[in-house]
Amino acid sequence: MVKKLFGKKMGMTRYFLEEGKSVPVTVLKVGPCVVIQKKTREKDGYNAIQVGYGHQKENRVNKPLLGHFKSVGAGCFAHIKEIRIEDPESFNLGQEIKSDIFQIGDIVHVSGTSKGRGFSGVIKRWGFSGGRKTHGSRSHRIPGSIGCSATPGRIQKGKKLPGRMGFTRVTIKNLKVVDIRPEADVVLVKGAVPGSRNSLIEICKI
Amino acid sequence: MNIVETLEKEQMRTDIPDFRPGDTVKVHARIKEGEKERIQIFQGVVIRKRKGNTGASFTVRKVSYGIGVERIFPLHSPFIDKVEILSRGKVRRARLYYLRKLRGKAARVKEKRF
Repeated sequence: MVKKLFGKKMGMTRYFLEEGKSVPVTVLKVGPCVVIQKKTREKDGYNAIQVGYGHQKENRVNKPLLGHFKSVGAGCFAHIKEIRIEDPESFNLGQEIKSDIFQIGDIVHVSGTSKGRGFSGVIKRWGFSGGRKTHGSRSHRIPGSIGCSATPGRIQKGKKLPGRMGFTRVTIKNLKVVDIRPEADVVLVKGAVPGSRNSLIEICKI
Repeated sequence: MNIVETLEKEQMRTDIPDFRPGDTVKVHARIKEGEKERIQIFQGVVIRKRKGNTGASFTVRKVSYGIGVERIFPLHSPFIDKVEILSRGKVRRARLYYLRKLRGKAARVKEKRF
């Protein structure tokens, strides 16, 4: 039984439940993921299946990978990922895994790559409150003092300072599946998930 | 059409009549109290309509015992039983926030003559 699938974030909207409540939802296009390779403990040291997601034109794939795809004969894929499972032998090559492994009411973890914010200051990056805006203040968005003087004569390790923000893997835990549309491969989860529209996400049932 | 829009179109209600800011409406809102469900009527002037597919909403203002009361309803909410249009108003603005500052006779909206 697979508990994880790959998909795309489509955007956010609001959704009215049966009882009339409105909930904020993220629309995810999940799967279908196609099994390309089975990895076993004897051969590879661990049990897993390799799956492909997202259509890719044949002329955009390099030759070694094309050979790998051709051996399955299910077309070419934009993303190749692995899913760890106990019994890879229960799957067939070319088998499609669809979004119907999820059910309404399931609790899922969603991972993705967060939006890159570039080189950001401490207010955006760490939530510092900043300095006074008026009354002659000249310290508006600067971090202030970052440490002591001659003792210890250095900045503490891990000090929160400006720097690159975002574009990292982020997991949002315990999101509830509000609705699924298996015919359109769509899963609706309550709340926000990391990343921009059309970015690759990983949805995992717990 | 993309998936998000299709989902939104699916949820939108078509039974709500077309009304505009300035119209006087009667909103029948479903209210749940524990197990029981009843209908509450809120009558007043529509002072704004916000666009958006499922996110569309409208604000109704009334003066109750001398105190202005405004209520915002999501246009496509299942909690709205029905909307009745009592009269069409003749207004020159889309957002009638100026009504908040007026009281009594001045706070009336002219009725549209057809």
